[in-house]
Parts: sequence; C-alpha cells; structure tokens
Amino acid sequence: MSRAEVLVGLVGADATLQSRELPDGVPPSWRESSTLAVVGKPTQRIDGSDKVTGRARYTPDIKRPGLLHGKILGSPHPHARVHGVNISDAEAQPGVKAVVVLPHLLGGAKLESEKARGKLVPVVRYLGQPIAAVAAETPEQAKAALARIKVDFEVLPHVVDPDEALKPNAPLVFSGPVSMSGSAGGGGAKGGIPQKGNLRGPKRGAPRGKDAAQMEQAVAAALRSGQTVVRGTYRTQVQTHSALETHGLTAEWAGDELTVWASTQGIFSVRDELAEYLEIPTSKVRVITDFCGGGFGAKFGAGNYGVLAALLAKKAAAPVRVCLDRREEHLAVGNRPASEQNIALVSGKDGKLAAIELRGWGAGGAGAGAGFAGPANNVYGHCPAIYTEEFDVFTHTGPLAAFRAPGHPQGAFALEQAMDELAEKLGIDPLELRERNDPHPGRRLERQKAAELFGWSRRTLAGQLPPEGALGHIRRGLGMAQGCWYYFWSDDSHAEVRIHRDGTAEVLAGVQDIGTGVRTPLAQVVAEELGIPLASVKVSIGDTRLPVGPGSGGSVTTGSITPPARDAAYQARLSLCKEVAPLVGAKDLAPGPGGKLVGTAAGKPIELSLKQAAAKLRKEQVSGTARRKPDYDAAATNGRAWGQTGGVQLAEVTVDTLTGIIRVERIVAAHDCGRPLNPLLVESQIHGGIIQGISYALFEERRLDRRTGRMLNANLEQYKIAGALDVPRIDIALLEDLHGRTSTDARGIGEPATVPTAAAVANAVYNAIGVRLRELPLTPARVLAALAAPATGTAPR
Amino acid sequence: MSTHGHDSHHATTTSSGTFTRPLIELRLRVNGIDTVCVVHPMARLLDVLRESLHLSGTKEGCGEGECGACAVLLNGELVCSCLVPALQAMGTEVTTIEGVAPSLATLDRVQQAFVDCGGAQCGICTPGMILAAKALLTRCPQPTEAEIREGLAGNLCRCTGYTKIFSSVLRACQADGATTEGGER
Ligand code: FES
Ligand code: FES
Repeated sequence: MSRAEVLVGLVGADATLQSRELPDGVPPSWRESSTLAVVGKPTQRIDGSDKVTGRARYTPDIKRPGLLHGKILGSPHPHARVHGVNISDAEAQPGVKAVVVLPHLLGGAKLESEKARGKLVPVVRYLGQPIAAVAAETPEQAKAALARIKVDFEVLPHVVDPDEALKPNAPLVFSGPVSMSGSAGGGGAKGGIPQKGNLRGPKRGAPRGKDAAQMEQAVAAALRSGQTVVRGTYRTQVQTHSALETHGLTAEWAGDELTVWASTQGIFSVRDELAEYLEIPTSKVRVITDFCGGGFGAKFGAGNYGVLAALLAKKAAAPVRVCLDRREEHLAVGNRPASEQNIALVSGKDGKLAAIELRGWGAGGAGAGAGFAGPANNVYGHCPAIYTEEFDVFTHTGPLAAFRAPGHPQGAFALEQAMDELAEKLGIDPLELRERNDPHPGRRLERQKAAELFGWSRRTLAGQLPPEGALGHIRRGLGMAQGCWYYFWSDDSHAEVRIHRDGTAEVLAGVQDIGTGVRTPLAQVVAEELGIPLASVKVSIGDTRLPVGPGSGGSVTTGSITPPARDAAYQARLSLCKEVAPLVGAKDLAPGPGGKLVGTAAGKPIELSLKQAAAKLRKEQVSGTARRKPDYDAAATNGRAWGQTGGVQLAEVTVDTLTGIIRVERIVAAHDCGRPLNPLLVESQIHGGIIQGISYALFEERRLDRRTGRMLNANLEQYKIAGALDVPRIDIALLEDLHGRTSTDARGIGEPATVPTAAAVANAVYNAIGVRLRELPLTPARVLAALAAPATGTAPR
Repeated sequence: MSTHGHDSHHATTTSSGTFTRPLIELRLRVNGIDTVCVVHPMARLLDVLRESLHLSGTKEGCGEGECGACAVLLNGELVCSCLVPALQAMGTEVTTIEGVAPSLATLDRVQQAFVDCGGAQCGICTPGMILAAKALLTRCPQPTEAEIREGLAGNLCRCTGYTKIFSSVLRACQADGATTEGGER
C-alpha cells in the first residue's frame, strides 16, 4: 500500500486531485484522458477488417471433419406430461448418427421437489421446450428424423396470458414452490417465497440499507398526508432478445476431452455448466468463442441446445453442430418479461418527493419474471419513503433470461412517466423536477448538457406546439427520462501481458467479444501503459485456456478486465526493468512516463523506450500477470464500492393523429461510464441501447394465441425490430467521470444506454398529443384508441 | 484475387440424404471463379455457399428473407441467398463478402469505410450490409441519407449500429472511387 494522488470527479466540472491508498503492484493513476496517447481516443476496432471481409469466424461457421448437424425436437404443446420417448424409429432413418433424449431441463424456475430428484423432469411447461435431438449427416435428414421420434404426451390445460393465469381456476404452471438459479447476466430467484396458484411473492424492496417494513409504513403515512399524489398503472410487453445470430454450439470429443465452439457471452459459464451437467472435470472442457453475433443477456451457460450437442457428439463419436432457427430462438432461449406496475408518487408543492410506492408483477413464463423495482429504489433514492412489492406470475411460455439492464426499461417506463405526470400536476418543468430530487452528480451534469444540446427550452405544455402537416394532423412533442445502472465488476478477472524482444506485446484474457469490441480497449490500455503503437499489441481472448475473465453481463466487462490488463502490462514492464538493468548498468531502472524505462547509468540519467529495452533482452519474452484488484477506496466501502451509473435521454417525436404512427425524430443522450476508454465504441453502445429502446417502445411484442399457446410472430417479419427507416437523429454527450478506483477507471455502458429510452419516447408522445399511453408497445392502434377515448390519466392543461 | 475450392465430397454426401430428386451439377461463377458443385436443385444458395463452397462470410439470420444477413449479389442484383434455390443460381455470377475486397491486403472502399466509422459491432449483419451498400452505390453513386436508409431497409442490425452504418456508406461515397490502401492494420 502506498498513498498517491488520483484525479476524482467529472472532468471539466468538479474533478480534483485526492489522496488515496493504492494497492501494491498497480501503476500510477492516469489523469484525464486528454493527457493520454491512446486511451480515451476514438479508435477503430482492431478486428474491424476481419468483420468486414467475412474472415471473422462465428460459431455457425466452424467446420470440423465429419461434422454432423443436430436438430432439436421441441414440444408442440405448451403444457403436457411426457410418459415416454421412443427414439428407435428415428435412429433408423437415413443419415442419422445419433438420437438423444434431454436428461433434464436447464433454464427457468424449478420445483424444489424436481430439483431434489435431479433427473428427467417429464413435464412440459412451454411450447418449444426441448425434449430430444437428432444428429445426422445433413440438416434436412436431422429434421426429417425428428418427426420419427415418438413422444407419449398427456396434453394438459395451459395458460399463456398473465391475466388469465391470475384467475382462481387457472391451470397451474408449477404445482409447488420453486426457485431459479441466476446467470452472470442477472436473473435468478431465491426459494422460500410464498406461492399461491401462479402467483409468487411478494418480494419486498426498499433502497439500499433501508428496512422494507419501515418503508412500507412510511409510504402509507405519506399517502395519507394530503400532499400531491399521482397514480398510474403501466404495462409492458414481452420482448425477445432476437440477436441476429441465434444460439448455437458445436461440440467435439477427443477421448474424454470436450471442445466446444459456442455463441456465448460467458465462455467460463458454458464450460462450468457442461462440466457439471456431463459430470466431467472442468479441466477436460474447453470453450472457444472467437466472435459472437450478439447476445443481449440471453447467452450464458451451455443451454439445453449445448448439452444436447455434447451428448449427440458423444453418442455419434463425431463433431455435432446445433444452431437454433429463428422460431426456436423466439420460443425457448429467453425474453424480457412482461410487467404490470402500479405506481404512486407523493410530493410536496415544492416538488420534493415524499414517497414512491411501486407494486406489481412480472411475467417471465416458466420463470420468475419480477425485478423491475431497480429504478424506483435507486434513481430517486434520496426520497425519504420508498417501498416496492413485486410478484412473479407464471404462464406456460418460454422462461425469461437476463435482457440488457434486466427490469430497468420496464421500471423506468412507469417511474419516469409518473414523474412527468407529477411535473405537470405541480406546474414544474420535468427537468427541474428531477433537479429537485436527484443529486447524482453525473445525471445532474447530464441533464444540463442534454438540455442545451437538445434545445429543451422549445418545449411547451402538452399539445401546445402548433400542428403540422397539410391537414394539421401531425403533432410534435418533446419529453425526457432518466435511468440508472450499477457499477458491477468481477474480481475473478485475470490477464497476462507478454513483451517480446522485438518490442511487440500480447495480452491474454478469457473474455469474449459479444459485439462490444472488447479486444480494442484491451489493446489500448496495454499500448498506453507500454508506450507502443496499438498495432504492436496482439489480443487473445475467447478461449477458456486463457486466464479467467468475466462473463459479459451486467456491463461488467470493461471495468473488470481492463484494470488487470493494464496492471499486468505494468508488471511486465517491471520484469523488463529487472532483466535489462544489469545490462545497461542502471540498477535503479524503473518504469517512467510514456512507457519509457528511466534510471541512472554511470551517474548519468538514461531513458530507454520499451522497444530499445526489449531488444536487449537475453530471453524470448518477459511477462506479467494480474488479477482485478479491489477498488482503491476499499477501506471506505468495505471492499465493495457501490456506484450508480446515470443516463439522461431527451426525445422528440411526431405523432400522425390520422394513422396513429409515432416517429421518433431525435434523441439526445447524455451518459457516464467512468473513463470512456474508446469513445467510438462507447457511442456505438449508446446508439444500440437507444435504437433497441425505440424498438421496444414502438414495435416489439411477442404475440401468443391463447387457445393453442402458439407464438404468432416467431419470425423477424411480424416480430418487428427497428430497421434503417426507423432510426432518429441521435446526439450524444459523454461525460468523463473519474472515480480513482482502478488503474483504468472504466465502467460499462451497454445497459445504462437502453434504460430511459422507452420512457422518454412515451413522455414525448404525451407532450405531442396530451394523452398518456401507459402500455407498451406504443402501437398506432393504441395511439388512435387513446385519441378517441377520454384519457384515464391527467388531462392536458 | 480471392481463391477458394469447393468440397465436392460434402456435396455428394447429400445423395445419401432424404432427397428423392436427382442432384444437379450446379455451375456458377462465384467471386470471379468458375465453380461446379453437386447439390439438390432446391438447396438454398446460402447453404451452397456456406457448406459446399466454405464461404462462411455469408450469414444466416432468419432463413426466411426477413433480415438480409445472407445478402449476396446475383448477376449484380442484391438477393437474399436463403431464398434462392440452387437451380435458380445456375449459370449466374455471384458475389459474396469474400469477393468484395480487391486483394487480401486491400479493402474495398465500402469495407474500409465500415472499419473507419465503426459500422460493424458484433459484425454478423456486416457482410449483408456491405453487399446492400455495394448494390446501392452501383445504382446510385451519390445517395442521400434518405436513399441510404431505403437501400439498407432490408437489412436488420440488432446491435444496432444503423447510425454508424449510414455514416460508413456516406464516407464510402466521399472516398474517391479508388480503393483505400491499408486494410490490414
Ligand atoms: S437469412 Fe436470409 S434474409 Fe435472413
Ligand atoms: S453489428 Fe451486430 S447485428 Fe449488426
């Protein structure tokens, strides 16, 4: 430990030098990025040319000699008991090399009683639930053989609609208490929570460190206090992740060793799940992910398809590829749960929140779907009384999976519209209302920057901007919303850096690129530390043979892996100094600024570049390794520093009152993510978050047929996601928010960027037409219905 | 020039499959190379490219003509290769993403612009996007942003990098007609 000065705060605003305890073995803290050579500069992806030439190899591109094609038999019924599966006819089909029955199901909630039994669970709880699989020489043969698997189903009554599932005599999804394990992407549900019918809960919540029971009473008292109250019921739909690359895995055995190529966000989570499921040693499983075509939270663990691929490969004694088709992707590998949220805000006339109450349910199919209370408990966490109560509603549909900022876009949709309504009721500008209730320094600066960039002063009260269009049928509106995410990281993140004699370097880390482009910031921090060009750094990731890295969920990747990468580079420099010092006669040779090695030889100061020093090495390489250190102010925070990432978005929309079509014209987004290591990539994440948010707000919805339980739009045509014509102008204000806690000070941005968007759009729509839409998605039909009927919320003034 | 072989063995294994109709000898020109492979007449061009010819740069996102990940140029026209039966590709000239760069060490200007502007995130939509952009720039060398949006309307990017994709295409038409050197950095 040693004390050192570190820069803390918002650069260009309140950043100051502070004295901190730094752990041993870390390099000196960087000042603001404008003083750095590579870090903080918009930098092209180092693997960009692989992606634009088709050279980048994704999981479905992996070819192995004798590769077989696997296809999965999913249940055609949403609810059934399986009395037997006969595979012998399927096994005899042309080209078929193996048929297996899934021993037990991964994902979703589990009956405590089933878990105890551990093996075959012969109950189907959603249409598309995997039952068995075939490997054959061609995909067509595998598909044809699926029809020859005979499953003895006892079809049971089902319920796919949460409202129906809540009725007294609804068919039960689970006959007893359940729990659900989480993934690195979030999710999970502890056991021991009351369950009645298809309703499980409540899970009672309050801000960090507050007691829920006390908060419940405080909220009740505030509601009776005669202050201003705003109430509303908000509903959100089921959204599917719809990564353009479906889930998939290729498995190949060599003796008792298994190698898999997986489309995943967490190579180690795939390894561990396979080792556990197949009861083989962890060391015998290797997972490789060179490139992954998107995940958004749904791609953790091996999955049922992965286990089936491994089992088929074993049985067929040949490599097997299982890649889902688009329909299976919609049905069986995760979604963002639907929700119903009843929110009440209590406020004084001065606009100071006195209480926030949120009660409702989340419906994640055959999994626990609650978890939307994050924004209510955290964005205005200074409000003296906050109480949340959430239930899970079970239905016979595919279980949820973590989805980009789990629960938060849903929670923000209700909370931020309620805030908008409160602002209007009190006659306070919506931005000003946030100002009075939210002292988060990042969001404070973000509101100011975003408002300037956007021209917020143009905003009028709802429905008062002059009508546009030939018939005066176009109304324009402006709205805002804000969000939160959290500073999470994984301590178990390691990196190795090697310096070669020719002055080039390698960084090795077991992370994976899910599209965010993590190779590039890894190269940047190492190039910066070593004072060498970016092109001299080779990055190896995506292989469980590399040092353990974090799963890419919760926006942890950059903040977890770049500090050990920089620290390892620093360690490698220290070894270089040790090796080279005697050779240049400078005992005191040590790392200096700009990657230089400095010391004194024969009484004179000497300075060597990394390249000069490396050239003197008498061995092939020097290397350094490092593990993610606890945050530097560990003493002050019990080693687990808490931090909230902000995010403020302002939206401008037009609404065609004849067709009901909403167009998002512009989004201004102000965000913080610690030190943005590569603003080009950060911008891409923010764009992605916003456009996915618009897509969630306006288009996406899983539609089910109640009678059959089938998904009616299990494709990319009727399940509409935003396309090129739906994208607004986007302007970004990015803060440099230094915390002085790690050697890179980076934090993630993938999730915060999508939290406020749908709420901001909905507030802008209200501002345009003076009617509040409280149910997602904001379809033309809903707009027209709202315009035709008197509003249930506050009328425009 | 890009080069590739084809795997007639793989194609022939199809004959032991469930297809009842005779296989055909598909002759087509792929990325400037005359190619022959034995496939089922209704095999998807996408599979012919990816599996028989080992050109895996062409991606599959939906298999139903909805996402554009499988886009290739067929006699210069942008098509979804998941919707084109092999027989229909007989005698045609096909360009896939592997045939876009003028050489192994050089990128096409559209590819270079995607690298420079950050037009690829996860990269799974990128090959299709680049071919859609090539098709657009052939029929409309100086498109407006609105025309770029129209031209790319059949290609989905879930990541979703449309904004930087648009600027990549705009940048590509600013770059003077010649290819940009230095694709390999
Ligand atoms: S795979 Fe052909 S359009 Fe989607
Ligand atoms: S870059 Fe991932 S889908 Fe477009």
